[in-house]
This record gives sequence, C-alpha cells and structure tokens, in this order.
Amino acid sequence: MKPARLARRNVLDRPLETGLSVLLLAFGVGIISLMLLMQRSLTEDLDRNIKDIDLVLGAKGSPLQLILANVYHVDVPTGNIPYAEAKKVMRHPYISEAIPLAYGDNYELYRIVGTEPSYANHYGAEIESGRLFDAAFEVTVGAEVAAKTGLSLGDTFYSAHGLTDGTDVHRDKAYTVVGIFETTGSVIDQLLLTPIASVWGVHEDVADANEEITAVLLKKKNPLAILTLPNLLRDTPMQVALPAIEMNRLTQQFGIGIRSLRAVALLIMGLSFVSVFIALFASLRDRKYELALMRTMGAPPQRLFKLVLFEGLWMTAAGIVSGLILSRIGVILLANALADQFHYDVAQLAPVNGEYLLVLAALAVGALAAALPARSALKIDISNTLGQGR
Amino acid sequence: MLRTQGLRYNYAGEGPQMAFPDIQLDRGQELLLLGASGTGKTTLLHLMAGMRTPTSGHVELNHQAFSELSVAKRDLARGKHMGIVFQTAHFVRSLNVTENLALACTLAGQTPDDSRITSLLDGLGLGHKLNARVDELSVGEQQRVSIARAVVHKPGLILADEPTSALDDTNTEIVLNLLRKQAADAGAALLVVTHDQRLKDHLTDRVELASNPTTA
Repeated sequence: MKPARLARRNVLDRPLETGLSVLLLAFGVGIISLMLLMQRSLTEDLDRNIKDIDLVLGAKGSPLQLILANVYHVDVPTGNIPYAEAKKVMRHPYISEAIPLAYGDNYELYRIVGTEPSYANHYGAEIESGRLFDAAFEVTVGAEVAAKTGLSLGDTFYSAHGLTDGTDVHRDKAYTVVGIFETTGSVIDQLLLTPIASVWGVHEDVADANEEITAVLLKKKNPLAILTLPNLLRDTPMQVALPAIEMNRLTQQFGIGIRSLRAVALLIMGLSFVSVFIALFASLRDRKYELALMRTMGAPPQRLFKLVLFEGLWMTAAGIVSGLILSRIGVILLANALADQFHYDVAQLAPVNGEYLLVLAALAVGALAAALPARSALKIDISNTLGQGR
Repeated sequence: MLRTQGLRYNYAGEGPQMAFPDIQLDRGQELLLLGASGTGKTTLLHLMAGMRTPTSGHVELNHQAFSELSVAKRDLARGKHMGIVFQTAHFVRSLNVTENLALACTLAGQTPDDSRITSLLDGLGLGHKLNARVDELSVGEQQRVSIARAVVHKPGLILADEPTSALDDTNTEIVLNLLRKQAADAGAALLVVTHDQRLKDHLTDRVELASNPTTA
C-alpha cells in the first residue's frame, strides 16, 4: 500500500478532526477565492463600460457623480450644459471621438437616452431585431429593458418625467420601438436609445441655440487633452472628468472593506492550519504503537515522515478543492440574487490568477503544518513504545 | 539465520549492564527463551530484532552484520527477514484485516498475494473476518491475525514475545501449535521468548536466562 493511499485511509478514519480542518480551510480559501472572482467580474464590468472613454464632459459638480451618471447610468447627472458650448469641446483638435448624451426621462425607470448611433457602435451593440433609431421618437431598446418591460418591435409608449419616478407621464409624444439590441454586457443593455431631438421634444435635429444636453463622452486624440481641457473650461459651467481615475478612487474607497474581509479570511485559513497541526499531533499520539509497528514491519523512519506529511497535504488539498468549489457556488448564488445589476457569464467561474497563488501558498503552509508532527514520527523509539512492561 | 555474540546492554542512566548468553538459531529450528520477569527477555528480543542497539557485542542475520547497520537499514532488513508477534497485538487501525496483512507484504518489499492472505486467514479460522476492522476483533482473534501477519511475507525468522502469557492452557496450546505450524510451513526459524513455564513441555530446545543478568 503506497504511503499516499495509506495517508488517505488514515485521515478518513478520523472524520471529525479531518472534517474540522477541511471545513476551516475550505471557508478561508472559499472567501478569498470568492473575493478574487467578484473583484475580477466587477473590474471587468467597470472596464467594459469605460471602454476607451478617456474623458466625460458635463456640468460642474462632483466628478465621480458625473462619471457614475453618464458612463454607468447609476447616479443622477450633475446638471445640463449648453449644446453650443459643448460642441466647441467636441470639435477640439485633441479630441478624436465625441458622443453626446441627453436624457431626463424614463420608461418604467429605464433611462431614455438621446444620443447618436456612434454610442451603440462604441459598445459594439449589435441589433437583434429591427434597426437602429433614425428619426425622432424612434427608439432602439437594450436587451435587458426589452426582457424586463416586454417591449417589442412596433410597440409605442410614453415616457415619464425624471429618472427615478415613473408616475409623471408625458402624454404628448409617443415613442415607437424600431429595434432591439443583442445583449452586450455593457450599460447599453439597460437603456433605451433615441435621437437627441426626441429628448428636446422636436421632430427635427435643428436645435435652437438654447438647447441643452447632459454630457459628452470623449475619446482623446492627443494625451495633452487631459491637461488642456480643464484649463479651457475653467470659466465655463462645464468640466471634464476622467473615468479611469474616478473609478480607481471609488474602488479604493471600498478597498477598506475588502481588506478587512481578506484579513478575516486569512485568519480562518491560519486557524485551519493550526487545526491540521493539532489533528496530526493528536492522531500521532494515539497511533504511536501503530507507527512503531510499521517500523518493525520494515518501514524506515523516512517512510513514516512521508506518511504523516501526506496526511497533512491530503487534508490541505481537500480544503483547497472544497474552498474553490464553495466560492463558485457563491458566485452563482450571488449572480442569481443580483441578476439585475450583475452580468453573469460562465467565464466568471474560470480560475483567477490570484487563485493559483492562493493554492500554492495554502499547499506550502499545509506542508509546513504537517512537517512538525511528521518530524516527531521520525523520532519514535520503537523498542520503548512496543516493549512497555518489559 | 541468526547469531548473537557477547550481547550487553544497559539502559542509559537506568541501572547496571545486562549480559546475555550467545544464541544461534538456524532455519527450521525452534528455540524457547525462558526467563522470569526482570531477566531482560524483551530487551534481548529487541536487540535481536534490531530495535535496540547493543552496548557491546553484535547480532548477525544471514551471516551478515545486522546490529551495526543504520536504523533505516535495520528496519528494512527486519521487515524482509523477520516476522514478530508482540505481547499485545497492534495494527494499523484504518485498515481492515486483509489490508493489514497486505501492508506487511508491501513493507517487506513484496507484492501482496491476495490468495495467500485469504488461505492463511482461513487456516487460522478467520475466513469470515477478512474485511473486518481490526478493533472489532476479540483479543484472541487479534492474536491470531498478528501471527498471520508475522508469517505472511514468508520470513526466515519468526520472533514471538510472550505470545501466550494472557491465555489459558487450552488456548496456549492452540496458539503455540499455530506458531509452530506456520513457522514450519514457511520453513522459518521460531524463537519464543516467555516466562511461561508451560511451554517447556512443547519446545525442547531452550535457553534459560539467568534470574539476574547483571554483570559487574
């Protein structure tokens, strides 16, 4: 019988001690792995929406709010800006692409955003049925909006005023659904897109000089844009904010929470190694006759060392595997619970880079926790152990 | 098979030196090592089995130095050439009866022979306990399994330490006959270490240990 197989039989022969060690390690590994998986999917989610947007132009106010409102559509906008003024920035030589956004109305709390076809193109949104909006009061609907509201091609609806309340319905102009997007995994899924003119309430895209928009998403041609534009806008009611920097600031804010959760997980892992250590020591004390006997049957001390080491590694490996499975069950449960805010796809169950490190570190510490009890197996005096009462 | 020469031993800091008579044991031979308690019987057995290193003198196994080998090499040689029946039967608890015997074969460097294990246990009246957990066996059954384990890898020498001390006359005879039969079947030498005077009637070759093995 090979040491690895005997080791498995030995740890399974003590289900309670082994179970406790495996359970503790599974929770420690599981929490850290779950955090790594969530962090990856959150980062990917955030990055997918930032996607090449270098700057956001909007009304002065909190830059973070400007980003949250116009890139992620989760906060209210900082205000409106005159389209004529915004156009000056949009045509600036340092800017390569500019997507205007104008909104203020909702349909069943999903935002109706006035924009240009370039907005859909920017996120690579493909049409699933129908076509892209063209004339005023035509809308192309995001996949999730269509699924949740039941809007389909040819339907007409009225918008409600504001972004957070669906009661104040405009009865004057009806929107018509001309197309539905495929799922993109980006913010487009949650929006209804229409020409800007619809938002202004006119049928022609010839706005008078006083028309306003909410924000403009900008792509820079020249890195100097980041330095030049804030100066240019100093004396205007407008500002530019950098999504990458604002989101970085935000993730650092909840970094404290993540760090303390990680500390708790590491503590649980630490306890699990203590538990492996104690389980092995206790089992060796009970089994000293057994180990001495194996020596008399032809197992040299090194073989016993290997046996005890394998017992520790077996528990560690079982804990790691259970932990990785637990974290994936956790992701699936969370994804189902947060189906609205969270775009779940199977790729999220693939291993994160940090997990390889986690597995290696856990195996190394597990081996270390087993090495000390294993060393004591090297030192058994077989004659004294078996000859007691000589 | 086994030869001892001028064996002496003293437990460090634990009293005087013990001296033992020289012993020679050949294949197929049976020997009774008789001594009252305190005569160092078990110490002598452990010295012969290489479980202790003598203070002076030496042990030869198959005409080769044994007591001078390293601890690990002695373990390997013992596993291969000897089978030991201890006073109290010990087993690897997580393994069943058959697996404990198979482990003895593996540790002796052999591939376990399942049919041999089964017929051996059958012959000892344990055919119905092949897959039993060892801690579910009665003391008598454990004793028989440990005899089977001592012979399963066909060693040249079987050492038994007080195999009958806890048994009544009937069972003493049964166990002794089992040991002799298994040793004869395996063509092995048998050495029984005991204080049990009853065994005198069965084994004619014997060495009696002095009631005081201490030398000045």
